[in-house]
Amino acid sequence: MSQAAEQTAGAPAILQEIRPAVKPRAQLVAHGHDFNWITEKICGIAEEKTPVWWWWCFGCACLVASFTVAGITYLVATGVGVWGHRSPVNWAWDIVNFVFWIGIGHAGTLISAILCLLRQKWRTSINRSAEAMTIFAVVCAGIFPVFHVGRVWYAWFLFPLPNSNYIWQNYRSPLEWDVFAVSTYGTVSVLFWYVGMIPDLATMRDRFASVGKTLKARLYGLFAMGWRGSSRHWSNYEMAYLILAGVSTPLVLSVHTIVSFDFAVSLLPGWHTTIFPPYFVAGAIFSGFGMVLTLALPLRAVYHLEDLITQYHIDCMCKIILATGTMVGYAYAMEFFIAWYGANPYEGFTFINRAFGPYWWAYFLMISCNVITPQFFWFKAVRQNTTLVWILALFVNVGMWFERFVIIATSLARDFLPTSWGYYSPSVVEIFTFFGTFGVFSVLFLLFIRFLPIMAIAELKAVTPQADPHSGEHRGDRHG
Amino acid sequence: MAEKPFGLVATFDSTGALMRAAVQVRDAGYRKWDCITPFPVHGIDQAMGLGRSRVPRFSLAGGVTGFFTGMCMIFYMNGFDYRLSVGGKPFFSPLFAFPISYELTILFTAFATIGGMFYLNGLPMHYHPVLNYPNIRKATDNRFLIVIERADPRFDEAATRALLERVGGADIEEVEA
Repeated sequence: MSQAAEQTAGAPAILQEIRPAVKPRAQLVAHGHDFNWITEKICGIAEEKTPVWWWWCFGCACLVASFTVAGITYLVATGVGVWGHRSPVNWAWDIVNFVFWIGIGHAGTLISAILCLLRQKWRTSINRSAEAMTIFAVVCAGIFPVFHVGRVWYAWFLFPLPNSNYIWQNYRSPLEWDVFAVSTYGTVSVLFWYVGMIPDLATMRDRFASVGKTLKARLYGLFAMGWRGSSRHWSNYEMAYLILAGVSTPLVLSVHTIVSFDFAVSLLPGWHTTIFPPYFVAGAIFSGFGMVLTLALPLRAVYHLEDLITQYHIDCMCKIILATGTMVGYAYAMEFFIAWYGANPYEGFTFINRAFGPYWWAYFLMISCNVITPQFFWFKAVRQNTTLVWILALFVNVGMWFERFVIIATSLARDFLPTSWGYYSPSVVEIFTFFGTFGVFSVLFLLFIRFLPIMAIAELKAVTPQADPHSGEHRGDRHG
Repeated sequence: MAEKPFGLVATFDSTGALMRAAVQVRDAGYRKWDCITPFPVHGIDQAMGLGRSRVPRFSLAGGVTGFFTGMCMIFYMNGFDYRLSVGGKPFFSPLFAFPISYELTILFTAFATIGGMFYLNGLPMHYHPVLNYPNIRKATDNRFLIVIERADPRFDEAATRALLERVGGADIEEVEA
């Protein structure tokens, strides 16, 4: 008390009258459910008899995924010319789809790593499914560059393995950086996901064991590594998790930075800009949260997870979409400004052409989906309308795909010499292959929700009020 | 193995009860004992008197190894073994080697961190004496256990049992090794 009085002694009298408003903390698990309820709820999803809707969805997803299989089979059997690439656009949907899927993955890492470092406890109910999304998105992304090499059986040339040509990779190329960035990203995402899941796999092992399902208990137990919840283990585990979050944070930022280097390090007008790394990272997080909402809202409705993914969680995600969407909008404006301010005629032409040239329709789709859509999230009523949030999230996904298309196709289709100008449109094979990746993604995600704990059970328990050892005592005199 | 039990285990219902019990077990001078909880209980490290985890040492070693692996690999491949002239750029420069070395730093750190965590925790270990305790399956759900090992120099069948009873433990049982 005396300390507070001393601090305000020299200040205007009004300061002493100010009392900060007491804002109640958002309940991350609504209705004060206990630990057992959380275990039952999450494990119950993977333990119940496979629901009929799951089989329908799985069947549809397999059907859609078969388009990718068909497209790729045709490509491998015929040659990479079956894609619609021709001079001057020799690089289009494959890299667009690659950047699109990698970008989607980034929200998963943001949620699991960056929000962990920032102690945003609301991440606990969505991080597991968002990390799964990351891994499956990286799988989908990887398909495109691997098959674009044409003779896919030589794709291992990307890695520094001794080969009979006695020649090594060119490490001055951002494309080679990309190989390392994306493979590191995929690997670390899997490790992070798996380590986070070990205690929950142990929970599932114990549940199967206590009802006598020995085979399942052994299978889950194998991956649970014999985890038994020892506090001495938790101490090392939490430190390891924190360090993984610490290294995943620069990882996620560097991966999309390096992806943007694929363009920014070239000399093409519209690509050769220093704004690309931050702009790509913001766009990646923007699109990723769009996808997180696209997946989380149906999951929440189907499995009645309203007490775990509360309105507060949806609000937080909508606000991140609003923030990153506005950053992306700022980047669009700044690119235009620099094109004019830089006084380079090629750069200036590229941007005018982007908005009003042959791809004007893609540009305006991009602007309306990425800049206008998120602005609706300023309104609380919009954020509280789950259906509307879901539809807006879909628009974000569409918009971010078009952003990559606009950047890549417009710059290539109108390069320096008007004699070599062209117009790119995708071939049927490309459309099939891309369409099918949504099936590949859905197949993997459906398998995930069927067999694995879709939320971090241990972490959720740790953020409930009763997890606090001092919850029954008077607060404020112990450590925070 | 019934003639050589592993130790005594007691069950607690809440984090608060576990925490108060852990402080008393620590103060009684036990060294070989453990708390088993379904989630990391905030502040249990201090209550048990545990030091800081040694995982970061593994991480640092992994990170340094990763960075130098990247730099050395690129120097060897592009600057020494097969000098490839591309666009008149230098055969080796730490600048263009940096992005890959950076990624390898992270990759190696991640593996070292997880490997270090497993090593320090002695995992995978699919059998442990404490798994013989009847309530162990609930310890990954909503129960909290304290295990005091017979190997502890202060362990005394009657006195340790009495201590566990006094601090509020239920279902106190001896588990076999």
